[in-house]
Amino acid sequence: MTTRPTRAISVVAALVTAAGLAACSGGDDDGKITLSVGLFGDFGFGPLYEEYSKLHPDIEFEERISEFADHHTNLTTHLATGSGAADIEAVEVGYISQYTAEPDRFHNLLDLGADELEGQWLDWKWQQALSADGESLIGLGTDVGGMAMCYRRDLFEAAGLPVERDEVSALWAGSWEDYVAVGEQYTADTGGYWFESSGNMFRAMVEQADEGVYDRENNLIVESNPAIGAAWDLTVEAIEADMSNRLTAWTPEWNAGFNEGTFATIICPAWMTSYIETNAPDAAGLWDIATVPGGAGNMGGSHLVLPAQGEHPEEAYAFLEWLTAPEQQLKVFEATGNFPSTPELYEDPALTGLSKAYFNDAPVGEIFTAAATAVRPQYQGPLQGDVLATIGQGLGRIEDGSQSPEDAWSQVLSDLESF
Amino acid sequence: MTIAAKGSGASSGTKGLLRYRLDLKASPYLYIAPFFVLFAAFGLFPLAFTAWVSTHEWSLLSDEHVFVGFGNYEALLTDPYFWNALGNTLSILVLATVPQLLAALLLAHVLTLRLRAQTFWRMGMLLPNVASVVAVAVIFSQLFGRDFGLVNWVLEALGAGRIDWQAGTASSHVAIAVMVAWKWTGYNALIYLAAMQAVPREVYEAAHLDGASRMQQLFHVTVPMIRPTIVFTVIVSTIYGLQIFAEPQLFGGGGQNGVTGGASRQFQTLTLYLYEHGFNRGFEFGYASAVAWTMFAVIVLVALLNYLFIRRIRSAS
Repeated sequence: MTTRPTRAISVVAALVTAAGLAACSGGDDDGKITLSVGLFGDFGFGPLYEEYSKLHPDIEFEERISEFADHHTNLTTHLATGSGAADIEAVEVGYISQYTAEPDRFHNLLDLGADELEGQWLDWKWQQALSADGESLIGLGTDVGGMAMCYRRDLFEAAGLPVERDEVSALWAGSWEDYVAVGEQYTADTGGYWFESSGNMFRAMVEQADEGVYDRENNLIVESNPAIGAAWDLTVEAIEADMSNRLTAWTPEWNAGFNEGTFATIICPAWMTSYIETNAPDAAGLWDIATVPGGAGNMGGSHLVLPAQGEHPEEAYAFLEWLTAPEQQLKVFEATGNFPSTPELYEDPALTGLSKAYFNDAPVGEIFTAAATAVRPQYQGPLQGDVLATIGQGLGRIEDGSQSPEDAWSQVLSDLESF
Repeated sequence: MTIAAKGSGASSGTKGLLRYRLDLKASPYLYIAPFFVLFAAFGLFPLAFTAWVSTHEWSLLSDEHVFVGFGNYEALLTDPYFWNALGNTLSILVLATVPQLLAALLLAHVLTLRLRAQTFWRMGMLLPNVASVVAVAVIFSQLFGRDFGLVNWVLEALGAGRIDWQAGTASSHVAIAVMVAWKWTGYNALIYLAAMQAVPREVYEAAHLDGASRMQQLFHVTVPMIRPTIVFTVIVSTIYGLQIFAEPQLFGGGGQNGVTGGASRQFQTLTLYLYEHGFNRGFEFGYASAVAWTMFAVIVLVALLNYLFIRRIRSAS
């Protein structure tokens, strides 16, 4: 009688021990540290993880990719609740100010060794990740989005427009008004669409202005900033001339448009080139890259931050410093087209000499170096991304005919009041 | 010795009796306890806590929670976007539920007939229900695409024009209703089928002798006989329909349009409205909780109305 419970206990004990052993072998006890990296989309880091793990055999990586909009929402939730964030998280420029306002939620990179690296990045890229008091730095820059204009050679040719990139650039070298005028002609002649979405064109114009949707005191100046009013009016003019293909970014229809050639031009920050290339493999050689009207401007680009809840700040920082160093940024650019934020590369022939076969051998190194060096930094406010999205929706309502431009504008302003 | 033994025996007897009665009284409660403990932790407590949060200005981003009484509810009831979302939700509910339940009834009726490979047809009914909501929403969003969607391709081939399904209010509601109906028609058909099989054969034989056609049998015999089941499906569909989230969210595509249900909020449902406030830029949990409780009230109200409506049909027939 007494042997049975004993046996049962010993079986249970054996199971517990086995489970314990199994648990140990999966954890940190074997000396390996797994760093998680949270990104929106593929940043082209895959080969770099492997390279780093070879240099540091005790470090392993786990990449988590989510959708652009979800990524920042999730990150905010994880920061607020104190758990769930990855060791290293990507933050797009439209969201960075929201996080620099709360530097306590991140490891201060100035304490981890970044204080000696300031000169490595474009000055404005560095500034964007600094807290208001300048005491903490929450992230290191990856890429910047100096703007260019991608266009379809075949559609331009069919419309009787020049196809060589210098001549195309000259078409709208004067201003955005020229761009819209050429577009009006194109749409009238061919019945095709000039660009994919009005929100994108609007955003490009705003990014080029000295001041955007916020002033330096974080007040919304959408209503009072003349640059925004002018950009809105010109965009509305383009919509009314039926130049917009009315596509929403990142939707399957948008992706298909690149392949099918339903629109002739799209504003192209450096990171967009890799997106076009992967989503429209059949259109190789048909796309080319010219300069953007209205001068230089930055659209997009990211930082990598270390949430304070991460348990391996030293290891994560060491990797971050390595990953954002010029050598690695150059590798990312070669693989994906995301343009480096470290100016020392801008004189490196390895970068400036690069061209892309997909874009009819366009000298992307040269084009985007010129774009990036000419950028006059614009202050980005806390809810930059959301404000631009709200205005974009207003333009969307004009596009689908549900509102007049006046009503759309007043709804944008009333929507922004709740910000 | 004997007295002592007797005494201890008696005391152990009463102890045993006590234990037995305790066992008899307490055990059943103990057996059902796990459900109630879990329900209290994951059902009742969140419900009560949400009510508490809804009376505060409570943002996830700040540690200060200011009591505002019914302030959130007042703001909610004066927000035109809330009424817009309520209208959209009810419209989608009607578009999705009414045709769905009628179709389910007809399908169930067909399934009661003698068919070859009966099990195959019956299992097939359930297949759409097995697919995940997200997969269904993604696929249907592509089918309803403006430029390269299959639906528009067919419409164009038939000579009808293309429809920008996302842009219009009515068209977007129809598209979302189709997703819901596709997923749930078969499920409801199987529930009706089960109920129909419990209807005595003799009633049909009598109806047949009286000269009732198959259709007349369905509406004059079957429907009245399975009415409790119909009430059940109507209420369950109502509850589901009022909480639609994934379909409009994915239909809107990435970014802001997925949160507001299109640029004009033309298909923003109540849950999307809740999501917009609770899990978007402000993370206004207080306001979102007020939305949740208001939704609860709306669901109870609509379910009750539906119940009364179905009951009226019974008394009429």
